[in-house]
Amino acid sequence: MGPVSIERQVLMSSSKADQPSVPRLPEGNDNANDHAVDLALQANALRDGLVARKLVTVAALDDIVHQFTDELTPENGARVVARCWVDPAFRERFVSDATVASAELGIAGPEGKHMRAVENTATTHNVIVCTQCSCTAWPLIGLPPDWYKSAPYRSRVVREARNVLLEMGLVLPEDNEIQVWDTTGDTRYVVLPQRPVGCESWTEEQLRALITRECLIGVALPMVGG
Amino acid sequence: MDGDHDLGGALGHGSVVVEPNEPVFHSAWEGLAFSLNMLSIGQLRSYNADAYRHSVERVPNYLSKSYYERLLTGVTTLLVEGGVVSLDELEGFAGPKALGIVPVSLPVATSATEQVSEFRDYERLHPKFAVGDTVRVVAAQTDGHTRCPAYLRGAQGKVERVYPLAHFPEARAHSSLRCREHTYAVMFDARTLWPDDSSSSVGHFVIVEVFESYLEYPVAGGERPSCRGTKRGGDGARQHREAGSDE
Repeated sequence: MGPVSIERQVLMSSSKADQPSVPRLPEGNDNANDHAVDLALQANALRDGLVARKLVTVAALDDIVHQFTDELTPENGARVVARCWVDPAFRERFVSDATVASAELGIAGPEGKHMRAVENTATTHNVIVCTQCSCTAWPLIGLPPDWYKSAPYRSRVVREARNVLLEMGLVLPEDNEIQVWDTTGDTRYVVLPQRPVGCESWTEEQLRALITRECLIGVALPMVGG
Repeated sequence: MDGDHDLGGALGHGSVVVEPNEPVFHSAWEGLAFSLNMLSIGQLRSYNADAYRHSVERVPNYLSKSYYERLLTGVTTLLVEGGVVSLDELEGFAGPKALGIVPVSLPVATSATEQVSEFRDYERLHPKFAVGDTVRVVAAQTDGHTRCPAYLRGAQGKVERVYPLAHFPEARAHSSLRCREHTYAVMFDARTLWPDDSSSSVGHFVIVEVFESYLEYPVAGGERPSCRGTKRGGDGARQHREAGSDE
């Protein structure tokens, strides 16, 4: 008898009675995590299991990858912010209801039912985090980058925002107030940065190029010639 | 649960590392795992987002695993626990090249499911708190899922905005109950959250979306009490029973 993973034993004992018998590790393996199946093999096995049961199709899975790679991207947030900069009435609508205003530009999607724009001013800077997982306004920001999901960012930005921003290259005026928004409910935040000086004559399309994902999260500011 | 996932304010995690020109998915399996989760929630309705979050919180050695590894472990766990696929079947599909077993999350604590069995459906249509109110976070520790970060326990803040009704995650992660209540954007001065930390500077506020069940009006003259050791017991359940007859 090879040893059985503790995790597996506990899981099985708490699961439904009709679960199949517990598979065993090869002889001599005492740490399940060292011998976990390759992650790609595991993901493929899960896909094959669901496809075999006709619960999902490969095409539907591919569609989601496509949607999150090509459609739900920070370029959407950049479009919205640039529109806010050139159209004060739109800006007002976006600040009052980011979900409704984004939909005007055809931008919507999962994790976007209750989006809220937090607007930077001359005296207040906003930054977004999800300390418990990695919630983000997908329709405007897209899937978050690894640093946003990492322990250093999630642990520190609520406690020592100024240090974290400084480390990430953002120097704020000493007297700026910092508001850190922890995403712990259904609301998904996006930062509305101020239009920088030096781009007064730019077109909306040119302005979009200034607005990065980092600006929308609040760890950077739009920079002309930066 | 007080897991490694509840990171707000924790020390010792080092500097933020930014990868230049990071792709959305680093490899195909990440996109596949993500898509499987999306379809399992949205199309198959095998579980909901709160159960998913809890499955990730239950992943052993949380911090040593990547985001998508945790996601994949969580999805696998819930589909197996829900009887949608079996581990035998998955290991069969993984094939002989797979040397080990498919890793899964730790089981849900029995006390968490017992706690929820005390709940019943409710919909608290009328918000208990208003913008400008001073509120105190009374959320207790729980063995189950919670969306109240540990760093808020006992803290006092001001309601900045009243948000729409939302599903109370502690109920929805562990049941099919329909418990809905308002949440609030509550603003906390960072210096009150970490009073001994000089790096939480003047003019630094943390705004957290807090569920109504986690809040109360502070008692006059009360200091920030130590709620960190207070475990949810009969009081929490009672509160929810009362809430059921609220509306």
